[in-house]
This record gives sequence, structure tokens and C-alpha cells, in this order.
Amino acid sequence: MLNVFASAPPRGDASLGEQLLQRLHLDGQLLLALIVLSLAGLAILYGASNQDTGMVYRQAVRVALSFVVLLAVAQISPQFLRQWSPWLFALGLMLLLFTLHSGHIGRGAQRWLSLGVVRFQPSEIMKIAVPMMVAWYLHDRPLPPNWKQLLPLAAMIFIPVLLVAIEPDLGTALLILSAGAFAVFLAGLRLRVILLIAVALAIATPIVWHFMHVYQRERLLTFLDPQRDPLGAGYHIIQSQIAIGSGGMFGKGWLHGSQSQLDFLPESSTDFIYAVLGEQFGFIGAIVLLALYGFIIARSLLIALRAQDTYSRLLAGAITMALFTYVFINSGMVSGILPVVGVPLPLVSYGGSSLVTLMAGFGMLMSIHSHRKLLAT
Amino acid sequence: MARIRIRNEWLERHQFTLRVIVVGSIGLILLLAVVTRLFYLQIVSHEHYVTLAEGNRLRNEPVMPPRGLIYDRNGVLLAENRPSYELDIIPEQVPDLDATLKALAKVIDIRPQDLKQFDDLLKTKKPFQPLPIRSNLSDAEVAHFAVDRQDFPGVDIRATLARYYPLGPVTAHVIGYTGIISQDELARLDPNQYTSTSQVGKIGIEGAYESLLHGSTGVRQVEADAQGRTVRVVSYTPPVPGKNLYLSIDVRLQEAAEKALGSNSGAVVAIDPRDGGVLALVSTPSFDPNLFIGGISPADFSKLNTDPLQPLFNRALRGQYPPGSTIKPFLALAALNYKVVDPFKNLMCPGYLYVPPNPHPYRDWKAGGHGEIDLPNAITQSCDVYFYTVALKLGIDRIHDYLTTQLGFGEPSGIDLMGERDGVVPSPLWKRQTLHQPWYLGDLVIVGIGQGYLLVTPLQLADGVAAIAMHGERFVPQLLHAIGDPLSGKITDTQAHALPPVQESYASAWNIVVQAMKNVVATWEGTAHNIGIGAKYSIAGKTGTAQVYRKRLGVFGEESEADIPKALRDNALFIAFAPVNDPRIAVAVEVDHGGGGGGTAAPIARAVMDEYLLHEINPAPKQP
Repeated sequence: MLNVFASAPPRGDASLGEQLLQRLHLDGQLLLALIVLSLAGLAILYGASNQDTGMVYRQAVRVALSFVVLLAVAQISPQFLRQWSPWLFALGLMLLLFTLHSGHIGRGAQRWLSLGVVRFQPSEIMKIAVPMMVAWYLHDRPLPPNWKQLLPLAAMIFIPVLLVAIEPDLGTALLILSAGAFAVFLAGLRLRVILLIAVALAIATPIVWHFMHVYQRERLLTFLDPQRDPLGAGYHIIQSQIAIGSGGMFGKGWLHGSQSQLDFLPESSTDFIYAVLGEQFGFIGAIVLLALYGFIIARSLLIALRAQDTYSRLLAGAITMALFTYVFINSGMVSGILPVVGVPLPLVSYGGSSLVTLMAGFGMLMSIHSHRKLLAT
Repeated sequence: MARIRIRNEWLERHQFTLRVIVVGSIGLILLLAVVTRLFYLQIVSHEHYVTLAEGNRLRNEPVMPPRGLIYDRNGVLLAENRPSYELDIIPEQVPDLDATLKALAKVIDIRPQDLKQFDDLLKTKKPFQPLPIRSNLSDAEVAHFAVDRQDFPGVDIRATLARYYPLGPVTAHVIGYTGIISQDELARLDPNQYTSTSQVGKIGIEGAYESLLHGSTGVRQVEADAQGRTVRVVSYTPPVPGKNLYLSIDVRLQEAAEKALGSNSGAVVAIDPRDGGVLALVSTPSFDPNLFIGGISPADFSKLNTDPLQPLFNRALRGQYPPGSTIKPFLALAALNYKVVDPFKNLMCPGYLYVPPNPHPYRDWKAGGHGEIDLPNAITQSCDVYFYTVALKLGIDRIHDYLTTQLGFGEPSGIDLMGERDGVVPSPLWKRQTLHQPWYLGDLVIVGIGQGYLLVTPLQLADGVAAIAMHGERFVPQLLHAIGDPLSGKITDTQAHALPPVQESYASAWNIVVQAMKNVVATWEGTAHNIGIGAKYSIAGKTGTAQVYRKRLGVFGEESEADIPKALRDNALFIAFAPVNDPRIAVAVEVDHGGGGGGTAAPIARAVMDEYLLHEINPAPKQP
């Protein structure tokens, strides 16, 4: 049925459905996987929000709108995306600066920018704009990037990362960093450069530590080890592990998790929704969802491998690996192997801002996939 | 240029493919790490986390058992539970405890001792348990708090049951009272049983039968959410209510004794000699035990505690008095047992007795003496000289042995109340150990008239006279008459605890002593003939007048007892039982500084016996 490595059928004997998908510049397997994931996400949300139909309805509307975004972006050709990459990056950077200057303060951080009726986070744009910019910068240069190119590459990644980090929104900063870094890595950054960066970081850490104030060190330690603060940040992770662990092999059943239903699990509809899944659907449910992400990531990587130009390849690979970073950080944080970082579970967590960016990214993957075929003919 | 681009294109593709394989592999490994972690949490440690989740979800709430009720022998309610409102604080749910307490004090009268009790509880109880800050709220206080309730998260009014003693002071020294559990008590009690109960029996029946009255705490297992709100009840084990207690006490006698004592301080103990059941146990002045419920205010307590008449002091149980002449019948029994006197052989009483080497005579209460007198008349007329002689003939060792081992003086009677005092039956050994002094002959002489070191409690006197009434049969005095189970409705009578009978080797000793005691009341020579007048039943008694102040009338210019300050007057005592041939009640009366036993104490005993014997009622059917 679904085969990641299936090659596209010849256009001539394509069925009506396949013809329609091609006309719409869509990849059927990826689209189906995304739809399944979105529907599963809504079902989990229903169980995580104490059967809050209003919440599920609002999320369903967002999901539907994000699919429209996907469809729209899929129609844009990779060449057009490439040409507009620096402009989008510049716009994102300006909005980011503007947000820092006069944005809305939501939950203790300046992230939101109001555009009349819609509020959005400019940092979301950067999740896409940074890999686009890196891919644009490298698309007509011989790869792997040489020493001279590292400085501009570092600037186009770290300036937005730092701007987002001081909002502060460490989760998003981390995702932007990973998207940019994956793009550079996929471009073939030499192993010795990678090692050099690693060594430089290892040397810099104690020096930076030395110049930090005591309270800053404390903050960093709490950030790295929530168990230092069991009633604050630690409470989340402890309750989350109880929820997952008590789920067992098959879970307590949909809508039957005491941790989530009785509000012991904080942020159960947003960042910690994976724990709800683990409690209600058990090990099996948690594995099935990871497998679904695995399929989406594998299919997207295949699209990247098949891409015919540097820009498409790097962009597709970076977007895919950013999705992987999302999934790994969230599932790792919820299961207690990573510190608590505010990263949602893509397409499952309640919230609209990251959903649109994600779907725009998938739209680009679809575009890269479908426009390649048109070019090949 | 173009060729280089094509070569680069191929190389780049190859490079990219390699890199995708690398990131894909790393990604797969990392996701497998998450899977491993999930396996550990959900399969390996599943049980552990289930336990933690259940601990989150389920909470055991203790359910207070209703405390057992206390009735008298006729089914009159002596201790009940009344609905009452208590103000509880759940410390965990209060954002700022100090500020909340300050704000609460503006709405509700919170006394310093309430705060102290609350602080004590705060140290021992868990922060999610409701702790009482005030009990017995008035309706007005409940209304005031209800208006401002939203300002006090974690503070709530709880409908509970508070102890109430309908007869108040009349039964205070028998029933005792309950109070808030102290730190020391908490260490003694089963903590699982006292999670829901803040009150415990302190003294009296409430204290002695705490375990029967308390019952057993029930458990309501509830599902609670993260805020601690109850979502639903999962299981419910109802509490087992405490047992209802029926006392042998007859409140009519309590009231009659209290009325007869009037403003005097003193004690009355009445016992059914046939089984040891205590019919009345009165100590005046008394106090209102209801003041102690929910914690007595310092002002009230200090008033009770500093009162010179000591209303909190249970004279019947803890008052140790010289028995005076009431000891004479008991010494007569000892003298007959050891055959040191011939009861019908006269002895000359000139009104004094010289006991060498003491140059001063031991005087008789009757100036000029009783003349020639035998044992029965020496009891009837309370001849002191006769009993000085008896004491000398018996010697202190035999007196000590007989009074302690046979009649129960000098040791606790074993009544089912706490805090009973032993009294003192002196002996050379006792004097050496306690006072570090040698024993003198003079110490022995005055024991013959119940003075000196000899001390008894009113309860011991009543217990002793009951033994005389039964011609030596003895029972442990007991207040608990029957136990009612409120669930099954079954009432179980308690057993009388018989003691070995009093040893008496002189065959007619009992008849001689009883007849002599009957004559105390029935003849004109008797020291209590005043109470024999108009009695519809036969009474046997013995008066006692115990010196608390060494004096001789006239020395300080006093003409009569009335001229002596009350605090220095003699204690009046009287022991009696009735009817003589079929004894149903034995009484001991002690009136502090009451003067003569015949004049003050005997009429009180008569009033109690009248109430019992003349107005005997058929006990009402007991309520379980």
C-alpha cells in the first residue's frame, strides 16, 4: 500500500485520483499521512482537554486552514521560493526586531505581533525563512561550503536564533537553529569543521560559565535539570512520567486517563499532549504515533533525495529534519530524557501558530516533489 | 565551468545522499532512544507509576464515628452529641496562613488558646487535613463567615457533633469531659483512629472508657482532582459508632446528694453493696463540663482553678481525709477477728486515757466519759477511750494488715475511673520510708479514733461500709452497668467483680457490729439518732468527726464550733447502709469543715437513702 520508496507512476496510466493529486501538486502518501496524523491529533486533543468540544472545534478549523495553506504553498514553484528567500528572510528579521521593540507580552515573553485581527509570532516565519536563506545562499556555490562562507552562514542562522532566544523563546530558537544547522550539515559541511565547532563550544562553555552571575547559573541549572525544582518546572515532568508509566502496554483507554482527566498533568492539551496519548493508549499508542512521524520524515527525506537542484534538496532536507527535531524534543521532554523546553508536538498539540508554519513547510515539500516531475518531462 | 558544474552536481548529489543517510540514521537512533524510554516507563516500571497515579487520584478521607452516649441506670441521658459548627482550615489550600488567620479574626472570635491548639495540630497533622481553628460556632458567626467565605480559600465550616452534658455540674465528676487531643495523648492513641476526631475523653467515664465510646473511624475513598476537589466517592467503609454506656449511677441520687450538701464542699458516694455498682458519686462544688468542650477559655479555667473550694477537685475519688470515728466499726471487726477484746465485757471510760510515757492524757470527745462500756455501745456512742484501748491491743501491724488486705483501705478500690488516690494506712515501715521518722506509740493510739496518719477517700469508706452491710462480701466498685451496641441494639450487662470475703474469725462479729451501727441511728444514745426519726426503713450508720485543726474548745476563747473559722472546723463524716436486713444502698458522706458527723453528714446520707429507697422506680427500657 503505502510505500515510501515507490516511484511515481507513469503519467499516462494515472488514475483519476492520481491525476488530480498531480494537478494540485500534491504527494498522495505524504498528504494521507498528514491527514491521518491530524485526525489522530484531534482525537487525542478531545481526550486531553476533558472532552472540550469547543477547543477541538477551534483546533479543527485551524487544521483545515493549515491544509489550505499547504495546498496554496504547494502551487508555488521552487524557483519562485528560491528567488523570494532573501526577501522573506529580511522581512522576518524586521518583524522580529519590531516584535522585540513593541510586541505583545504573552505569558511572560514578547513573541506576538498583532496584525489587526490576527496575531502571530514572527519567530515562526524564521523556522522556514532560515533554511530557505541558507539554501538560497548555497544554491549556486560549489559544495561543500568553504571557510569563507561559514561566517555569512553563521550570521544568517545565529542572528535570528539569538533574537528569538532573548524574547525569550528557547524552544523556537532551538528549532530555528536545528533547521539552519541541518541545512548546512546536509550541504556537506566538512567533518573537521564540525569537530572544530564542537571543540570551540567545549572550550567556550566553562569560560562563559565563569563570567556568569550566580543567579544566571542557577537559572541555567534549573533549565537543564527540572528535578532541582520539583514543585515548579519539575512538577510537569514528574506528572508527565506518571501519566505515561501508568498507561502501561495498552493504556487506560480513550478518555480514561486519571492524570489527564483530573488535571494532574499540566499543559495536557499543548506541550504535554504526548503524555496523554501514552496514558490513554499505552506503549502501543505511543509507538504507533512515533511510527507515523517516522513515515512522514522518511517520505520527506525521500522527496529531498529526489530533488533535482541544490536549493530544493537543502530546503526539503532541512524542513524534514526540523520536523524530526520537533518530534524528538517533545517526546524526549515528555518522557523525561530531555529537559523541559516549550516545544509542541507537531499537528497534535493545541495551537495554531506553529501549525501554519509546519503546513507551509509541507507545502514546500509537496511543491519540490511535484514540480520536479514537471521539469523532468 | 559547465563541466565542473556537472561533476560537482554528481558529487554533491552523492554527498547529499550520504548526509541524508547519516541524519536519517541518527534520527532513527534518537527515536529508538525515546521508544526505549517509553518501554522502561510503560512496561518495566508500569506498576510503580500505577501506584503513583492512584496515589494522585485516590484519597482516603476519614469519617468520624458518632461518640457513644452515656445514660444513667434508669436511662436518663447524661452525655449526648449535638450538631455543632466547626471552622476548619486546610493549610495546604491557604495561600498565606498568617494573613488568613488575621483576616479570620475580624469575622470570627478566635481566642489565643484556639491559635495555640491550631499551631499544635499544624505540627502533627498533614497539610491536606482539615484542622479545627474554632469549634462551637454561634449561628451569628456561621452567618458572618458565610458572607465572606469567598475571601478565605481553604477555610470552611464543617457540621460536626459536639459533646453535650445535659445535667452539667450534677454528673461532672462522674462523666468527666472531652477536650481537644493534646500532643501527649496523640502519642498514646492509635493515629489511624483519630484522623477524623479532634476530641478525646479527658477524665471521668469519658476518659476511662474512651476506647468503647470512640468507635472506629470509617473511610471514604474519594477520587480527587489536582486541586483536591472531590470528583466522586470510590468506596465507603462506614464508621462503627461508639458503644452506648449505661452507668450504675442514679441521677436522682446525684441530685439529692448535691442538694443536701448545699453550699458545703464535700463528697457523697453511694454503692449498691450487692454488686458494687456505684449509685452516686458526688463532689461539691462541681463545675460545668460543657465549658471544656472545644477548649475552655483561659478566663474560665483560671476561675475554676483558683477557686479556694477547688471545684475541679474530685473529693469522692481523690480527697484523702482522716476517717475519724467512722473507722471504729472496722477496727471493731479487726479486734474481734484477732480476739483481742471480749465484745460484751465492759471497759471503764473515765473520759481520758493515759498512755505512758506520755504525760498528757488522750481525751474522749465526751467530757466525763462514757463510764462502763462494752464494744457495741462503744460503737453506738463512739467512745474514744474504748478504741484507744482497741488500737493498743491490736498493735499497728495487725491494724495495717486488716484494714488493707481485708477492707481495701490504703489502696485504690479499683473503680473504673482514673486518678483514684490510695489513702494512707500507716505502719512503722511506711512512716520510716515516707517521713524518715520512727514509729511512736502515740501514733498508734490516735489511729484508734481515725486520726493521725490514717487517711481514707470517701469512695473507700463507702466500699468498706458496703462490705459491712454484706457481712464481709466484697465487690469492686463499678460505674459501668451495661454496654449498648447502637448497631445491633443489643445491651450487655457488665459482670460484678467479687473480691475475696473479709476474713472474720469471730462468729457473730458481723451481727454485733451491724446491730451497734443500727443503734447509732435507732437509739437515743446513738450519735446519729437525729436521722432515725421518721425513717421508713432501718438504717445502720456511724458518725465521724475528724480534726483538721488541733484545738481544744475554750483554749482560744471559742465557746462552740460556730465560733471557729469555717476553714479550721472539723470535717464531718458519716457512713451508713439500709435497709439493715436487706441492704440495697451503702453511703459514705464527707463534708469539709462540716463540724459534727451526726449533725451535718448524717442527714445528707438520709436524704440520699430516702431518694433511693422510697422513690425506687422501675428502670425504663434501655435505648440501645
